Amino acid sequence: MKTHEWARDDGDSVKVGINDYAQDQLGDIVFVELPEVGATFEKGEEFGTLESVKAVSEIYMPVSGKVTAINEALTEAPELVNQEPYNDGWIIEVKPDDPDEVNTLMSSSDYLEMLKGEE
Amino acid sequence: MKEFQGTSGLIFNEPLLWEKGKKGRRGFSMPRRDVVPSPVDEGLAGDGPDFPDLSEVDVVRHYTRLSQWNFGVDSGMYPLGSCTMKYTPKVNEREAALPGFAGAHPLLPPELSQGALELMYRLERYLAEITGMDAVTIQPAAGAHGELTGMLLIHAYHKSRGSHRSKIIVPDTAHGTNPASASLCGFNSVPVQSNEKGIISAEAVAAIMDEDTAGIMITNPNTLGLFEENIREIAEIVHSKGGLVYGDGANMNAVMGIVQMGKIGFDVMHLNLHKTFSTPHGGGGPGSGPVCVKNILEPFLPVPRIIKEGDEYRLSGEFPESIGKLQAFYGNFGVMIKACSYIISMGYEGLKRASQLAVLNANYIKENLKDSLYLPYNRPCMHECVFSDKFQEGEKITTLDIAKRLMDYGFHPPTIYFPLVVHGAMMIEPTETESKEDIDRFIKALKSIVAEAGKDSDLLKRAPTLPKVRRLDETAAARKPRLAG
Repeated sequence: MKTHEWARDDGDSVKVGINDYAQDQLGDIVFVELPEVGATFEKGEEFGTLESVKAVSEIYMPVSGKVTAINEALTEAPELVNQEPYNDGWIIEVKPDDPDEVNTLMSSSDYLEMLKGEE
Repeated sequence: MKEFQGTSGLIFNEPLLWEKGKKGRRGFSMPRRDVVPSPVDEGLAGDGPDFPDLSEVDVVRHYTRLSQWNFGVDSGMYPLGSCTMKYTPKVNEREAALPGFAGAHPLLPPELSQGALELMYRLERYLAEITGMDAVTIQPAAGAHGELTGMLLIHAYHKSRGSHRSKIIVPDTAHGTNPASASLCGFNSVPVQSNEKGIISAEAVAAIMDEDTAGIMITNPNTLGLFEENIREIAEIVHSKGGLVYGDGANMNAVMGIVQMGKIGFDVMHLNLHKTFSTPHGGGGPGSGPVCVKNILEPFLPVPRIIKEGDEYRLSGEFPESIGKLQAFYGNFGVMIKACSYIISMGYEGLKRASQLAVLNANYIKENLKDSLYLPYNRPCMHECVFSDKFQEGEKITTLDIAKRLMDYGFHPPTIYFPLVVHGAMMIEPTETESKEDIDRFIKALKSIVAEAGKDSDLLKRAPTLPKVRRLDETAAARKPRLAG
């Protein structure tokens, strides 16, 4: 399944968010449903939802692991996902079951190529 | 623009009722007191409610002015896809207003409610005949309530056979409430993607149907306005693994008198009386979502059920396998009266004709607009057609802009950004009650908007300019809702 999350290896943990293309397609995000800290998910499993003025979309785990932090700021300011999808608009932080799994994900350049194919 | 219905005519401003009136003003005269005053114990009395002091004319003008800001089926074409906003004949309102019906109290005993019970009993029989099913409950209050009822029935059926199934298959072209209803009943909804023709393929269902799946929820015609042609085959696959087939009949307006859902594999389905069978709706109801079932599910129908013994009608709770009661009293009776009146006044031929015209009107719009707006599924549709804003992408014009501009032309916008399978969807359902002249005006309006998009896109970005209220900040409303005045 092709989904539009990004994952960044921060050493011990992996930060997860949605990318610029996804936030642009969704339009103004008005609500982010976050998981509980401590919850565990498999890769590809739905861990939350994003609600925009147009639609509700699921967000999927890029790697299997345990949620170690959630971006609480999104509760009050969901627009951060639109404004800063790669920085302040991060969604969760995960401790991956397998630290190498993050290296198996699609690279950003391959992703951009894939988008070109979509359009 | 002159030939269009949108107008810049006089629109009254109107303040809140609390900003009107004057202390001590009142709208009625109290009769002279003929008993000794007896004040309430002070411990029980508090401050009175914060009501404004108004005269009758203050109130009448207030609500008349507000109603003039509004747009409804009685003021113009309302092609809101999937909602079947058709004109509802006033004769049905008159029947529902008959004092014997309107004044009936729900706590009256059955012997004093024979007329009401007979109407409900007959309506159940009519709906069974129209859908080709065996038994009906008219208790659910609206469509999603009907879906939940259907899910509870399917759960009760499997439970009675000692089987516990956890999944329900829901295609991406089903109504958005379907997966929610399945989840509310405790099922996991399993999505299945529609194929390149916009319908579900039997192979896709066969690939995921298993012994842990309780059934499938299919909206037919689906939310792309397309008939699920593989329905018989899909039903066979689901039945062969012991599952049941649920039909969302919200789009029944396309197939009345033409398709009997019970004959093409559905075991249980709901209808939306407020859509298909003539009740003004939108703005929250009231609705009515009867559920029609095959014999195998009849024992589980909600109680009380209306039964006929000789010439007498009564409510019976003597169905031990029933899923129970779904709400206070017996459902939204006013909607039932209108539906019954509609069915009787239309007759078999009339209902069939209504569906034929609903389908013809949608296809007429589809054919006339497919060069102006992108049509993702270019094939005959049912009662609604789905376009997108793909042709307008170069001009940076979105579906939202087109919908807003349509208001300036005097039409209610279509459903937008749904179904989700079409990016930037515009879902148009004209219904059977629009004349060719009105539909032609609608087509012309959309063509004119498409032309504007190429020349002066600012006209669309600023739209609407003629209604009382300009474009609302939906984002701010959703992020920072102000729920009190």
